[in-house]
Amino acid sequence: MQRENQRAKLFSRRVALLTGGQLGLLGALVARMYYLQVIESERYKVLAEENRISLRLLPPPRGRILDRFGELLAVNQLNYRVVVIPEQTGSVSETLDVLSNILQIGDGDRRRITRDIVRKRRFLPVTVRENLTWDEVSSISVNAPDLPGVMIDVGSSRFYPQGPEVSHIVGYVAPPAESDLTGDPLLELPDFRIGRNGVERAYDLALRGRAGNSQVEVNALGRPIRELARNEGEPGNEMVLTLDLHLQRFAMSRLADQESGAAVLIDIRNGEILALASTPSYDANDFSKGISGPQWRELTTNPLTPLANKAIAGQFAPGSTFKIAVTLAALESGLVGPDLRVRCPGVYALGDARFHCWEKHGHGSLDMIEGISRSCDVYFYEVARRVGIDRIAQMAKRLGLGQTLGIDLPGERAGLIPTREWKLATTGVSWQQGETLVAGIGQGFITATPLQLAVMTARVASGGLAVVPHLARDKASGQRLGPRQEPDFPSIGLSASSLAILTRGMRGVVNDPRGTAFKARIRDPSMAMAGKSGTSQVRRISAEERRTGVRKGNQVPWRDRDHALFVAFAPLESPRYACAVVIEHGIGGSAVAAPIVRDILLEAQRREQEHPEPLQRVAST
Amino acid sequence: MPLLFATPRGDLTILGKLRQVNWGLILLIAVVSSIGFAMLYSAAGGRWDPWASRQMYRFGVGFVLLLVVAVVDLRVWYRFAYALYFVALVLLVAVEVAGRIGMGAQRWLDVGFLQLQPSELMKISLVLVLARWFHGLTLEDVGRPLSLVWPTVLVLAPAVLVAKQPDLGSALLLLLMSAIVYFVAGVRLWKFAAIAATAGAVIPLAWNHLRDYQKQRVLTFLNPENDPLGSGYHIIQSKIALGSGGMWGKGFMQGTQSHLQFLPEKQTDFIFTMLSEEWGFVGGLTLIGLYVLILLYGAAISLRARSQFGRLVAVGIVSSFYIYAFINIAMVMGMLPVVGEPLPLVSYGGTAMMTLLIGFGMLINVYVHRDLQIGRHGQTPEA
Repeated sequence: MQRENQRAKLFSRRVALLTGGQLGLLGALVARMYYLQVIESERYKVLAEENRISLRLLPPPRGRILDRFGELLAVNQLNYRVVVIPEQTGSVSETLDVLSNILQIGDGDRRRITRDIVRKRRFLPVTVRENLTWDEVSSISVNAPDLPGVMIDVGSSRFYPQGPEVSHIVGYVAPPAESDLTGDPLLELPDFRIGRNGVERAYDLALRGRAGNSQVEVNALGRPIRELARNEGEPGNEMVLTLDLHLQRFAMSRLADQESGAAVLIDIRNGEILALASTPSYDANDFSKGISGPQWRELTTNPLTPLANKAIAGQFAPGSTFKIAVTLAALESGLVGPDLRVRCPGVYALGDARFHCWEKHGHGSLDMIEGISRSCDVYFYEVARRVGIDRIAQMAKRLGLGQTLGIDLPGERAGLIPTREWKLATTGVSWQQGETLVAGIGQGFITATPLQLAVMTARVASGGLAVVPHLARDKASGQRLGPRQEPDFPSIGLSASSLAILTRGMRGVVNDPRGTAFKARIRDPSMAMAGKSGTSQVRRISAEERRTGVRKGNQVPWRDRDHALFVAFAPLESPRYACAVVIEHGIGGSAVAAPIVRDILLEAQRREQEHPEPLQRVAST
Repeated sequence: MPLLFATPRGDLTILGKLRQVNWGLILLIAVVSSIGFAMLYSAAGGRWDPWASRQMYRFGVGFVLLLVVAVVDLRVWYRFAYALYFVALVLLVAVEVAGRIGMGAQRWLDVGFLQLQPSELMKISLVLVLARWFHGLTLEDVGRPLSLVWPTVLVLAPAVLVAKQPDLGSALLLLLMSAIVYFVAGVRLWKFAAIAATAGAVIPLAWNHLRDYQKQRVLTFLNPENDPLGSGYHIIQSKIALGSGGMWGKGFMQGTQSHLQFLPEKQTDFIFTMLSEEWGFVGGLTLIGLYVLILLYGAAISLRARSQFGRLVAVGIVSSFYIYAFINIAMVMGMLPVVGEPLPLVSYGGTAMMTLLIGFGMLINVYVHRDLQIGRHGQTPEA
């Protein structure tokens, strides 16, 4: 009992202490409340009623995009626009009524404005109209007293001075969609744009920069009275691309004669993309201004798919250009030697099936080098049959086919290199030997992008290095250019002797009078090229058609015509450039694609003599 | 059923107990809750929907629970303290597991008809187990450091689980409430100093385990200007709304800052700001005054109880009520980081209302059974 009393006494003492302490702390709260509500009340009343502090974000200027010589590809332009701040406007709809006496405000605009007001915080400005003329700016300023919460804002909008010629590469910016909003108030600013495509999207964060802010005291009408504090942000980084605008334009103009195609020019030594052309194109400025419905429908329904960057996203059967991979697979496996001779009667029989050579009358007897340079299909049916699809597929993958190469652009496609396993898994049917033959001439399941074909050529021309393409001169940071390290590509392990045989064959394609693309040769020996043509069938030729005579080229509707392909590298001694051209439904690789490759390679080599060094450092503006 | 409703004299029926119920305290609780209904009515722009009507309904349900909890024999609560505690602990582990599967923060379990928030159940059952543990100790026992090991485990296990949810506010509440129970149970002051020193050493470690948004809240508290458009915005706007209320306030439903959406979450965390904007310093002071009365009632009940178990339960319950109120009010005035604790009995929210009313049920229970004696090992001493 004694103990119990002791315990109760201590308890009472401590409860008294505790309650005293609790009351004391509440007293501190009351004191604080008294300070805020009575002593400082006037100040807060002023802040609340008349002089609300308006915290404004200062959007960072988006980084410019330049080509390797400092030519401007994407810049910022001044843009006058009228905005309304909902919290400072008595009634938004009345204000819009007054405004519509000065400006055209359609019903669609009104709906968008009302939606934006609901979506955003009330202290953030909502854009009413952009790209105002000077007249409109001045009449709004004159009427300012009748327009509480309405302000003229000078922002910047994105401009692409080169137009459609680089649109696929540079991409474009667009207002953030609902799903892009991360809670970062920067994204809710009226003229904030995020990269939607191309380099603008791939390096969006680096280009964006960091926002600053300014605390402005404003009166009830929303007119700024003074700036209390300002914190400058950081402008976005300037991006320098490996692209050479001149060569890009040249490639685009050479493709312009064709309806649809793509060209890739790559520097073999370091994987820099010098030109990445895809036709037809679109004007990225249409997007930064806000694209209209009909324009958008036109772009998306056009059968020539102007929005797609075919250089990285177009997947085509590589046709005979694939014989490069088949040759290497054969020589490296040791199953076929360079001295293998095959007699081509124009057709190859496997069981009951007959496989035709493009040369109806046959090539006669050929060795491997002639097989390549004259692109004999029968020769490669035989080689493919001996080597087998899995070895061919393995080699193709080493050369960069059948996988994305990690170029710094969105939307790159992987193409397809089939294997036995793949076919069983996807179709449930096992691989047929006939399919190996078809694969030997780059037909059937096989597809590749123009970029992959250029990289394959670069890997061959570099003596078997795993060349990887890139577009930003400093890919690691996506930042302003500093001293740059040349990439050190690992070897893909090809023997010098195999490469020598392949190269002799590819040299013959353009330099041997019997080669498939002799007409497209480069006469200046110091600039001469080696290449491989390809013509890939879009549809099957029936036995019926073969009997009655295959219809040629222009008699066939465009969509059924063959694709024309050509890949090449130059100069022959110490190769520097690799180029791939694909002309959709262009009919003949050697006749249509090869001259384009030749011209691009020639132009690149001439240009190298005029402008030996690319830009090393960009002067900041 | 004899045990459930037995009293030392064994002569109190349920009706008799109800007559013993502390109706003055219940009146206070009802007045404070009514202030809450009025503020919710105002927050919705003068409509009962969506908050005020639902809050009143919950108050009604909670009030019945309060009475039930109050008349059950105190020894029943003593006996089932551990059972309740372990059920709450298992549920906490269950949410942790469910949360991990469902990705992200998870605080409640969906049991069909209601959402069960185990951290709320834990707030009450932790008071019960701590009270039961210290009830069984003499003062000499309390002086032995070893006797504090078990209750500390009982406190830390749920606190860590709740903090991981992550619900820092509730974890903090569990810790503070336990510290207060330790204090009134007679734990020496130097031991608190030692714990404070340890905590000081652990803070840098704990910092690394906070989520980014939690770090942001603490940093913003230390320097609101740092992030004027993000979390700091809430505190700045809350101070402006509160300060502009002045001595007498702008009048019921006239709070410009609250009604123009400057004030975030005005129906929950920032309801005190809204009250102070509309009813001024006088209104805020009135509410704090009512809270003080409840606090004093609680202290009086604890002093009047004859069992150590009852005393500790009373202090534990009334202290957690106090901590809620203090943290919330200090938070909206920019004196503490925004941790998201509700204002007790006033903020909109069903689970907090239930917990509080059940807690008050326990408090009243201690009053009803104030003369009940419980032996150190739970037996009824022969009088």
